Amino acid sequence: MIAFVLRRLIQSVIVMIAVAFISFLLFQYVGDPVSFLLGQDATPEEVREMRAALGLDQPFFVQFWYFLGNAVQGDFGMSLRQAAKVSGLIGERFPATLELALVAAFLALVIGIPMGVYTALRRGTFMSQVFMAISLLGVSLPTFLIGILLILVFAVGLGWFPSFGRGDTVQLGWWSTGLLTLDGWHHIVLPAVTLAIFQLTLIMRLVRAEMLEVLRTDYIKFARARGLSNRAIHFGHALKNTLVPVMTITGLQLGGLIAFAIITESVFQWPGMGLLFIQAVTFADIPVMAAYLCLVALIFVVINLVVDLLYFVVDPRLRVGKAGGH
Amino acid sequence: MKKTISRWLDSDVGYSFRSSPVAIGAAVIALVCVFCALFAGWVAPHNPFDLAALELGDARLPPAWHADGRTKYLLGTDDQGRDILSALIYGARISLVVGVVSVVLSVVAGVVFGLLAGFFGGWLDAFLMRVCDVMLSFPPILVALLIAGVGRAMFPNAHETLAFGVLILSITLTGWVQYARTVRGSTLVERNKEYVQAARVTGVAPSRIMLRHVLPNVTGPVMVLATIQVATAIITEATLSFLGVGVPPTSPSLGTLIRVGNDYIFSGEWWITVFPGAMLVLIALSVNLLGDWLRDALNPRLR
Amino acid sequence: MSLLQVKDLVVEFPHRRGTLRALDQISFDIAPGEILGVVGESGAGKSLTGAAIIGLLEPPGRIASGEILLEGQRIDQLPFDAMRHIRGRKIGAIFQDPLTSLNPLYTVGRQLTETICAHLPVTEAEARRRAIGLLQDTGIPAAEQRIDHFPHQFSGGMRQRVVIALALAAEPKLIVADEPTTALDVSIQAQIIQLLQRVCKERGAAVMLITHDMGVIAETCDRVAVLYAGRVAEIGPVDEVIHQPAHPYTAGLMASIPDMDSDRERLNQIDGAMPRLNAIPPGCAYNPRCEQRFGRCQQERPELMPAGATRAACWLHAATCLEEAR
Repeated sequence: MIAFVLRRLIQSVIVMIAVAFISFLLFQYVGDPVSFLLGQDATPEEVREMRAALGLDQPFFVQFWYFLGNAVQGDFGMSLRQAAKVSGLIGERFPATLELALVAAFLALVIGIPMGVYTALRRGTFMSQVFMAISLLGVSLPTFLIGILLILVFAVGLGWFPSFGRGDTVQLGWWSTGLLTLDGWHHIVLPAVTLAIFQLTLIMRLVRAEMLEVLRTDYIKFARARGLSNRAIHFGHALKNTLVPVMTITGLQLGGLIAFAIITESVFQWPGMGLLFIQAVTFADIPVMAAYLCLVALIFVVINLVVDLLYFVVDPRLRVGKAGGH
Repeated sequence: MKKTISRWLDSDVGYSFRSSPVAIGAAVIALVCVFCALFAGWVAPHNPFDLAALELGDARLPPAWHADGRTKYLLGTDDQGRDILSALIYGARISLVVGVVSVVLSVVAGVVFGLLAGFFGGWLDAFLMRVCDVMLSFPPILVALLIAGVGRAMFPNAHETLAFGVLILSITLTGWVQYARTVRGSTLVERNKEYVQAARVTGVAPSRIMLRHVLPNVTGPVMVLATIQVATAIITEATLSFLGVGVPPTSPSLGTLIRVGNDYIFSGEWWITVFPGAMLVLIALSVNLLGDWLRDALNPRLR
Repeated sequence: MSLLQVKDLVVEFPHRRGTLRALDQISFDIAPGEILGVVGESGAGKSLTGAAIIGLLEPPGRIASGEILLEGQRIDQLPFDAMRHIRGRKIGAIFQDPLTSLNPLYTVGRQLTETICAHLPVTEAEARRRAIGLLQDTGIPAAEQRIDHFPHQFSGGMRQRVVIALALAAEPKLIVADEPTTALDVSIQAQIIQLLQRVCKERGAAVMLITHDMGVIAETCDRVAVLYAGRVAEIGPVDEVIHQPAHPYTAGLMASIPDMDSDRERLNQIDGAMPRLNAIPPGCAYNPRCEQRFGRCQQERPELMPAGATRAACWLHAATCLEEAR
């Protein structure tokens, strides 16, 4: 098992280096920071000086090394659009995105899993078909449209919820949270629901498909043949066997919430990393893009690792080796 | 031809289609949308891109059934006097073209790579699978945004075709992975079967084996994936256009229209956003329904 | 009184192209403590008979007509709750593949105690004691430790022993064993069959042993029923059916078993194949392949009639029938 963990760690590091490399390439070849900083009329002399100052005349891999060193410390230089350090910009927006993602993840799990179980156990019933229809809509409606519709109905039409911003936040050290104020909760409802719907749909379909597969297995058939009650079969056996593979896939999907937040933050003007990223893409602000990429890659890699380890904990086949006997 | 059709209709798949009102309905709607999109010039009552024909005085009119609406503009007009219905139809065409082309490219790339990886194995296979793993763990939106963003940065004054190219490329790159995996899996299964080994021993070219034997076995799952991915591609394109990094503004797709209309929600002109949105949902929904039906029809265990 | 009576059982599968009759008026009895073998080719309907008896026919299959009586009470029309008390408690079941019959995520002990507690009014501690006892009885060494092991920690033969223990856990009076040794190594098969025989005799449980292996039947069973195309071709005491088969199909089966002692160049076979369910010929289902057929065989379907020491569904014995009636 130690070998497994080590292997995964090494893989993760390799992935991170690859991502850092791509970011580095972005810095090098896309857009020219020198002309940006100096303007179009710089003399060759000034250009050469600037390049030396920025370290751009060093060999390729030396530059990459410097880049890596800086990146590990979180230093990605200055934003090309706003006169601020990239790390600072991202740092102040990270809590907003994380809170949004967590609330949305919670919603998606708490609603999606029971719905999935229900539609698997009660196939063909009216409620079941309603849920399946809703899930189909959830997959066919783009997230931004859901956000717009929610704003139309609940903010403009009914006036129940605000349609942009984060509301009142409380500063806890470096972290600013909107979850400690009623206004903050008021503001997070619509964006969180928007973000959650797509994931909810996927989770529900996944749980349903997996559970239907499980209900077809021989061990469930044998459990029925032993005269166990429906409750024991469905919730004792089938549910556990369903949730094990589902849990790992879901973990990975929820990591994607961080990225999906980009869309939701745009629609609701939620001051998070996603909005920052979109603005960076629109204005070709490479440092911000590169930093965002590295951060998101890190989050993914960590989630991947945690999910893999979780599999170990939950599935006894991986934990304990085969014993003998015939 | 007639014989093939009648044979298809009588098959299990054909029977499943005939007996499912949902599938038939979805197919009809999808066909209507495709038809409108293809023949937009004839179907749309106005040409929204003809600047000369626009009358600013007709701007921001509500749909025809409202008190202030006009029958000339069935679904109302936007801030520049463009007829929403016509803009819808032209926008749908762009969305559909981008979606279908991306998926076709994805399928080709994915199938080719999957066949190569599965058949030749070794380091090619290992490398490809690592790439797939990494790509699959990133959400497609992020990859698409990144490529779009990089494209913008590299070609700030891009020609329209180039912008389309970058857009299609970004969607293609997020989609090919699934096909590669599925096809690779099937290739591995077939490769170990005796008839393939016999063919190899007698010197049949690998490409022939792959084309004639493995490929027919994967068409089912690939078709299901492709159908559902068309819907995903259309939505991804709409999302990118909504965010401002998709189609160029001169050729508005449904996403662009929604973005434009978004500014007017608060002043009460909801139709500018809602109708393009409804069209988008209609297309995506019907394609998804078709894909779902196809998957159930091709799954032998559900019969 | 018979333990189990099956009377004119008909099992149908509605299909869009028409209804398929998989079992066509099957009738047989099982006496308490008796081992009845059910033998036939693949597709003859053996497993379906077993499934129908324990009430686990997969939809759209259903019992169209006929009766199944356990200790005189009808069990073919019971609702789920009533049936589940019979499954495990009165009728136990063993399926073919021990690898997939056990839930990989639960320990063997958990699955055993769960079954015991579902049917018998005992405490958890008592259930665990009994579980250990069962494991010891089925020949699993170090039962006190292995009770907390997971299924993947047992080898194939050991797993089937666990499955047998599970089937006996609630002390049923009848065990339906569907091909219990087919998925095992030949060297293990004999052990498992002997085990099954011993534990059932010790507990006075009857066994319905479904298999396609005549050797197993010869060694183990008291009586045997030969199935063909969803019908009973012959039924009677094992020795008689094997050495003096009354039905031409049974005779063909016996003749096609290779004899180690004789010096043959070609193996005997029965020409043709068992008809598909939608193409069963009128009259006797076997008549196209039968060398002794005559006019009546193609017109009327024969019932089971006395033929020497056994009963066979064959018009050849109609004369005997008439003679004995005189």
